[in-house]
Amino acid sequence: MKNALAFLRNTWRGLTAMRTALTLLFLLALGAMPGALLPQRSLNSLAVDEFIAENGWWGRLLDRGQFYAVYGSFWFSAIYVLLFVSLVGCLLPRLWEYFSQMRAKPVLTPRNLARMPHHAEAHSGRGVDEVVAAARTRLKGWRTVEREEADGVRTISAERGYLRETGNLVFHFALLGLLVAFALGKMFGYEGQVIVQATGKQYCNSGVFNFDSFRPGLRVDGTQLTPFCVRVNDFHATYLDNGQAESFRANIDYQSGEDLDTGAWKPYPLEVNHPLRTAGDRLYLLGHGYTPKFTVTFPNGEVRSAEVQWKPVDPITLLSEGATKFDPPLITDSEERRKNQLAITGLLAPSAVFDGTLMSSDFPEARKPAVAVDVFRGDLGTDSGRGQSIFSIDRSMVDNGRLTKVARQNLEVGQEITLDDGTVIRFDGVTDWVSLQVSHDPAQVYVLVFSMLMVAGLGVSLAIRRRRVWVRVSPRDDGRTFIEVGGLARTDQAGYGGEFTGLSRDLLSAGQDKES
Amino acid sequence: MPVNETMATYGDWLYNSAVGVYLLATFLYVYEYAFGKARAKAKERDLVVAGGAGGTWKPGLVVPTKPERSRAERFGRAAVALTLLGALFHAASLVLRGIATGRAPWGNMYEYGALLTLAAVITFVVLMRSFPVRRLGGFVLVPVVILMFLGGTALYAPAAPVQPALQSYWLVIHVSVISISTGMLLVPGVASLLYLAKATNDRKPEKFAKLAGRLPSADTLDRLAYRSTVLAFPLFTIGIMFGAIWAEAAWGRFWGWDPKETVAFVSWVVYAAYLHARATAGWRGANAAWINTLGFLLTVFNLFFINLVTSGLHSYAGVG
Repeated sequence: MKNALAFLRNTWRGLTAMRTALTLLFLLALGAMPGALLPQRSLNSLAVDEFIAENGWWGRLLDRGQFYAVYGSFWFSAIYVLLFVSLVGCLLPRLWEYFSQMRAKPVLTPRNLARMPHHAEAHSGRGVDEVVAAARTRLKGWRTVEREEADGVRTISAERGYLRETGNLVFHFALLGLLVAFALGKMFGYEGQVIVQATGKQYCNSGVFNFDSFRPGLRVDGTQLTPFCVRVNDFHATYLDNGQAESFRANIDYQSGEDLDTGAWKPYPLEVNHPLRTAGDRLYLLGHGYTPKFTVTFPNGEVRSAEVQWKPVDPITLLSEGATKFDPPLITDSEERRKNQLAITGLLAPSAVFDGTLMSSDFPEARKPAVAVDVFRGDLGTDSGRGQSIFSIDRSMVDNGRLTKVARQNLEVGQEITLDDGTVIRFDGVTDWVSLQVSHDPAQVYVLVFSMLMVAGLGVSLAIRRRRVWVRVSPRDDGRTFIEVGGLARTDQAGYGGEFTGLSRDLLSAGQDKES
Repeated sequence: MPVNETMATYGDWLYNSAVGVYLLATFLYVYEYAFGKARAKAKERDLVVAGGAGGTWKPGLVVPTKPERSRAERFGRAAVALTLLGALFHAASLVLRGIATGRAPWGNMYEYGALLTLAAVITFVVLMRSFPVRRLGGFVLVPVVILMFLGGTALYAPAAPVQPALQSYWLVIHVSVISISTGMLLVPGVASLLYLAKATNDRKPEKFAKLAGRLPSADTLDRLAYRSTVLAFPLFTIGIMFGAIWAEAAWGRFWGWDPKETVAFVSWVVYAAYLHARATAGWRGANAAWINTLGFLLTVFNLFFINLVTSGLHSYAGVG
C-alpha cells in the first residue's frame, strides 16, 4: 500500500515536471508531422489507397499503425492526453501559489545589494527619512514594504509585474478551455455534403439520407439535425482569360425557423468565403460542375430524359466524367428490363476542342459543351443489391458480358446517336450543379473566445516582467546618508537594465541636495 | 479588376533593386565583420560622445574635428544606410504590386516571400538600435537575399488577381500577420545558430575559431534571440488564429489538419517549447537555441516543402 502510494506520487511528480511537459511537447510536434507528410483518410481517402498500393508491406504497416488517420490514432491521443494531464498538474499548484503570492509582501532586502545583477549607490546630504520618503513617492505603482534594520538603517523592498503570472495562467487555462471546446465540437458537431442541381432544385436538412456524404461527431446519431431548406436557383462563375476562376456565386433561397411553417423564402447570394449562417448551422458553397442532359427516344416511341451530375476530373478545365443511366420504360418484366438498361458514360467538356476524334476541354466555362461517350446496353447491375457510384458503371458487368458497348461517339449540343435497335440518344446541353456543405459545431464560438483569451494572456505574460528593486538607506557617522539600490528581474533579465538605470538614477538623486 | 502592367513592372524593378542593394550591404557588413576590430562597438560609443561634444564645423578649417573612423567602421555604417535604402525599395515594390493588382500584395509565394523578407530586415534594423549587433547584418541579409532571389526567379508569379477562395479581407489580415511574424522569426533563427557557434567556441576555443572570435557574446545572442522570439511568437499565434477564423468562413471548418495548418501547429508547439525551455533549469542555453533553430527550420519547411511538394488547401499560394 505504501509502495503503491509512493509509485503514484512519483508518477504524478514525473508527469507534471517541466521537463516531462517539454518532452511531451516535442512528442506532440513529432507526432503531428506524419499528418502533413502522409496522405490522410479524412482529407483524401483515394490518395491513401494509392499510397498503400504503391508501398506494399511498408504502406500496410503504416496503416496498422494508424498513420493515415494521425489525429485520431491511439498514439497521438496518448500524447495529448498525457500533455493535458501534465498541463493540469502544472497549473493547479501554480494557481494556489498565485493566490498566496497575491497577498504576499515583497521579500526582505538582501544583506549585500552589490551582489544583485543590477546595482547602484550614492551618498547624499539629506536625512534618512527624507530619502526614504522620496523613494516611496518614486516607487508609486510598485508593491512596497518598508522595514527597519539595526542602527537606524531603513530599507524598501518593492516588486511589480504580478500581471505576468496572471497572463501566464490566463493563457494556460484558456488553452485547456480551447482543447475542451475543440473536443466538444468534435463530439456534437457534424458535416454533411450534398450536390444540388442549380436549376431551382431543393435540399432540406431533415435527415442524413439527404446528404451524399455525412461525417457525424461521436455523439451525433443524425436524428436531430437543424431543420432548414435551401433552393438553388442558379449558379454563376466568371473566369479570367487563362481559365483561373474569378468568382463563384449561387443564388439561393432558404427557409429556417418560422419560415418553415409559413413557407416564406429568403434570398441569399451564396459565395465562397460567404457562407449562409442560419439557425446555428452554416451552409457553404464548396464546388460546382456540369450536368449533361440526355433525351432518349426508345424504339417503342417512349421518350425519357435525365439530368445527372458528372464530376470534374480536371480542376482547371472542368473536363468531367460520369454515367447517366436509363431503365427501359414500360417494361414490367424485370428479366427483360435488365437486358435493356442503358448507360451513357464518358467525358464532358464544357469548352470542347477536338484533336481528330479525341476530345478535351480548354476552358472551364460552358462555352461549347460536348460529350465523348460510350453507350452500354444490358444489365447495369443496379438490381444486384450492391451499391454503385452514380459517376460510373459497374465494370464487372462489362467483364462478365452482361453489359455491352453498343456505340461510341462525340456529341455536341443537339446531336444524336442512333443505336442498332432504333433507340435515339440526344445530347441537349448542360446545366450547373453545386456542391454544398452543411456544418454544425455548437462549440466553435467557445473556441474563438478561448483563443482570444490565450492571445491576451500570452501578450501580457511575455510583455510584462516580474522585477524587484530594493533600496537601503543608511546614516553615516559624518552626518551624510548612504543610499544603495539593487535590482533583480525574476524571469528575463534582458531589458530590465534600461528601466533599472532610470529608476536608480531617480532614487539616488532623490536624496541629493537640490542645489548640487 | 484589370492589372496595371506598368505599375507591376516598376514594382518588379524595385524588387530587383532592393535585392541588389541588400547584396551590396551584405558585402559591406561582411567587410566590417572580417576586418573590423572585435571590440568596435564599445569604442564607437566613446567616439560618438567625443564627436558630439566637440564636433562643431568651422568653415575654412581643414583640421577634421570629428575623430577618424576606421574603414571597417565606415563600411559598417554605410551598410546600415544601404539596408535602410534597400528596405525602402523593398517596401515600395510591395506597394506598387498592391496598386497594380488592386489587392493586398501577398497572394502568391513571390509576394509572400517579399513581405516576409521585408519583415525580417525591419526587425533586424529595429533590434540593432537596442543590441550591439550591427556586425551580424551579413548573417541576416544572406538568407534574406537568398529567399528574395528564389522568390524573384523560381517562384516568380506575374501580377494577377487571385482566385475566389482568396478574395476576402482575411487575405489582408491573415497572410500579412503570418508572413510578417515568420519574417521576424528569421532573426532569432539566425541569432540562435550564431549562439550555438559562439557557445561551442567558448567551451572549446579551437572550434569555430574564425567565426566566433568576432561574434557578440553568447549572452547577447541569447537575449537577441529571446527578445525577437517574444515579439514574433504572439504575432504568429494571432496569425494562426486569424487563419482559423478565415478557414471557418472559406472551407467550412476552423481547423482541419491541412498540411500547412499542421506544420504551422508543429512550429507553434516548437516555439512554445523554446519559451518553456528557456525558463527551465538544465534547458537554457544550447538546448533552447537548438529548439529555436528547429522552429525556424520548420517555418522554412512550411514555406517551401508544404507549398511546393505536398498538396493541400494552401497549395494555390504556390507558383502561378
